[in-house]
Amino acid sequence: MRTHTLRRTVAIVAVSGLTLVAAACGDDESSSTTEAPGTSGAAPDSTAAASGSITVYSGRSEELVMPLLEQFTAATGIEVEFRGGDSGELAAQLLTEGDASPADVFFSQDAGALGAVENAGLFTALPSELLEIVPAAYESDAGMWVGTSGRVRVLVVNPELVPDAPTTIDELLDPQWKGKIGFAPTNASWQAFVTGLRVLRGDDGAREWLEGFAANEPVAYEKNGAVRDAVNAGEVALGLVNHYYLYELIAAEGQDAVVAVNQFMAAGDPGGLVNVAGVGVLASSDNQAAALALVEFLLSEEGQTYFANNTYEYPLREGVSPQADLPALADLAPPALDLTELDSLAETQEMLAEVGLLTL
Amino acid sequence: MIGFPRTAVRTRPPASLVLPAAVAALIALAPIWYLADRSLSRGWSEVVDELWRDRTAQLVWRSVLLTAVVTVLCVLIGVTAAWLVERSDLPGRRLLRVAFTLPLAIPSYLSAFAWISWDRELAGFTGAVLVLTLVSFPYVMLPAAAALRHLDPALDDVARSLGRTRWRVAVGLTVRQIRPSIAAGALLVALYVLSDFGAVAAMRYEAFTWVIYGAYRAGFNPARAAILATVLVALALVLVLAEARARGRATTARVGAGTARPHTPVPLGRATPLAWLFSAAVLLPALVFPLWRIGVWLTSYASTDVDLADVGASLRSTLTYAALAAVAATLLAFPVGVLAARHKGPVPAALERSTYVAHALPGIVVAISLVFVGVKLLRPVYLEWPLLVLGYVVLFLPLAVGSVRASVEQSSPRMEEVARSLGSGPMRVLRRVTGPLALPGIGAGAAMVLLATMKELPVTLVLHPTGTDTLATQLWKYTAVSDYANAGPYALALVAFAAVPTALLGIRQRAAHHATPVLSDE
Repeated sequence: MRTHTLRRTVAIVAVSGLTLVAAACGDDESSSTTEAPGTSGAAPDSTAAASGSITVYSGRSEELVMPLLEQFTAATGIEVEFRGGDSGELAAQLLTEGDASPADVFFSQDAGALGAVENAGLFTALPSELLEIVPAAYESDAGMWVGTSGRVRVLVVNPELVPDAPTTIDELLDPQWKGKIGFAPTNASWQAFVTGLRVLRGDDGAREWLEGFAANEPVAYEKNGAVRDAVNAGEVALGLVNHYYLYELIAAEGQDAVVAVNQFMAAGDPGGLVNVAGVGVLASSDNQAAALALVEFLLSEEGQTYFANNTYEYPLREGVSPQADLPALADLAPPALDLTELDSLAETQEMLAEVGLLTL
Repeated sequence: MIGFPRTAVRTRPPASLVLPAAVAALIALAPIWYLADRSLSRGWSEVVDELWRDRTAQLVWRSVLLTAVVTVLCVLIGVTAAWLVERSDLPGRRLLRVAFTLPLAIPSYLSAFAWISWDRELAGFTGAVLVLTLVSFPYVMLPAAAALRHLDPALDDVARSLGRTRWRVAVGLTVRQIRPSIAAGALLVALYVLSDFGAVAAMRYEAFTWVIYGAYRAGFNPARAAILATVLVALALVLVLAEARARGRATTARVGAGTARPHTPVPLGRATPLAWLFSAAVLLPALVFPLWRIGVWLTSYASTDVDLADVGASLRSTLTYAALAAVAATLLAFPVGVLAARHKGPVPAALERSTYVAHALPGIVVAISLVFVGVKLLRPVYLEWPLLVLGYVVLFLPLAVGSVRASVEQSSPRMEEVARSLGSGPMRVLRRVTGPLALPGIGAGAAMVLLATMKELPVTLVLHPTGTDTLATQLWKYTAVSDYANAGPYALALVAFAAVPTALLGIRQRAAHHATPVLSDE
């Protein structure tokens, strides 16, 4: 009786505990076969023609970048396995995976997430001929990642309500704008702007501006797109957004339906921050040749033109022009800021919460 | 004979239950391993600094406040709804039972988005309470209804013969008897509210999960996120212990020969319109409104290029993963639930409570924990379906454990004692008596896990096998770029297919009642 029970016990444990393991082993084979082409296709760290497949962790939306990645596959024959997510969460995943990461390339929406992966020592240095394509301000100092496109903070303005638009953030504190400014408090680009403001003016200076801004009762919206729509509809007079939202609206509704215009900020004003999306190659990648081929493609004329025409961002490669009526990147004179200094967003959120601009 | 029998005894729990339950507890505690490792990676002083901030305390307070208000509202709505569909003579109450269950099919992020895109003014505490209450009251309603159905009306008759009014019987005796079920449901609601990010983010109510997500998304600091997440584990422990207290000593099993007599519905009389009003006041915002909004998206963003084959493929993977998760979670929950229902003492209690702790962690923390465990122990299945299913099990095990425990508790242990006395071994008793007794709970638990898995986003996003999409990840992909034309069909498919197990959950409880074995069947 006793041994009988014991045997049954073992059986139960085996069933409930080991089912997953058994399933795991079963699946192991299929996983290694699917990865095989990628691993065997190209010698690591060789300059031989890249092939096989690469896994891209992308903080950039699949909707926006997949067509470009398909062009890459068509041009090179390298298959792309796409894993989407939030840039910061993907950075956390990469940090946790360490050397075991299946990722070859990290394509981030934001320089901060790239900096976190760089600081963990997970990137491999990019070759200088790729780094040279992009101005030094838009890549890592150590050459671990490179910007692929830029976005500029602007004021989106309804000219019917605002004949003479402000060009500095301090003008926004004027009582005439009370209740007439739209912003997206939870948006990452807005928060990056505030972080930049803290770097440029110090925490006290930034707090002073934020308190003045809060006193002017700005109207909070869920997303940048909603701010833009509210300005276009005349619900508010102007809004703090990224430059490309206006062009998305024009592309969707036609120029005739759009009243709003972009107002770029004065030279050096903190409101005119330029941030980038960028890309880095994982040191643990077993197909670095193919990973580098993707970076090269994103920085190529074809890739840069795609960003200019499809996401309305600033191409960072010299000689590729942005959307027709955008001022040239070189003429913008953004505030003098090192993008890697924008990594203290936790403190920014704390400050925003304290002055009552983040949450309810 | 009528009375409160002992349902749990302080005997040495059999190894045949303890060992598999320990496996379940170990799996459920996997995130704790990660949290401890990460939190201490920078030394204790960092942990103390991080936790010893005014803002940490302030945000914990905001989360606790939200949790308390939502839980109380869910108990009030859930118990009232359960009583109406089980005990009153309200016309159409069977249909209403299904309707009251259906809000479970609507993901909180979808509900929150439906409300906030309709009226921005809802943002803040009010909106967060509204959305979280409307999506989670069924967690109280379902176990409360099941418990009400199982109560022996003979007890009510005794109370009334002693001169109590119907009203006092309803409030005093009935509610006290189903207290364990209410407590179990309230615990699930409370843990869910603590862990929620989707609804509080959309409603811009800054809760504790904000700083955790902020540490990932804005601070790029997973170690900080891990430290902060331990606060949620501590809160979960407090809640789990509080629930054990609230559960009290009351038991719901009946003994006695024969089947319990069916309840005579309590006539509502002039209160009937009030009951209708209550039902409408709950169902309109919880069910009709979000469905109407999805309908608006579908029609106003009429799209020409929605690929139905893609919707079909996502639906298939959603259903496959959800079914696997439901089976795995139920298998693991069975020994834990039976153990908790039948055996008192520190070991069963500790094993059961371990399965609840991770339920207060936001999805992204569980996801990154599984990444940690995956690359350390399960490298071969990293980013393959078994690890994803494991993630779902960690997240949703309590849903199955609670259901199994409740249904076993509602049956008398005397049946098992009789079987033992007739010479059946423990395993045979488990298979032939306890198993069938737990069947309604197993079914309900599996349906709840199925449902929760279908709606789940953060863990799916991080752990899904490369190249497969689920309805939730597709919905996320399109709403992230405000592409509502393409998001609409996925939202509709998600809600429509989640409605199936939900409706079954509402309907099958009735059938399950009749299937419950009683002594006279032996």
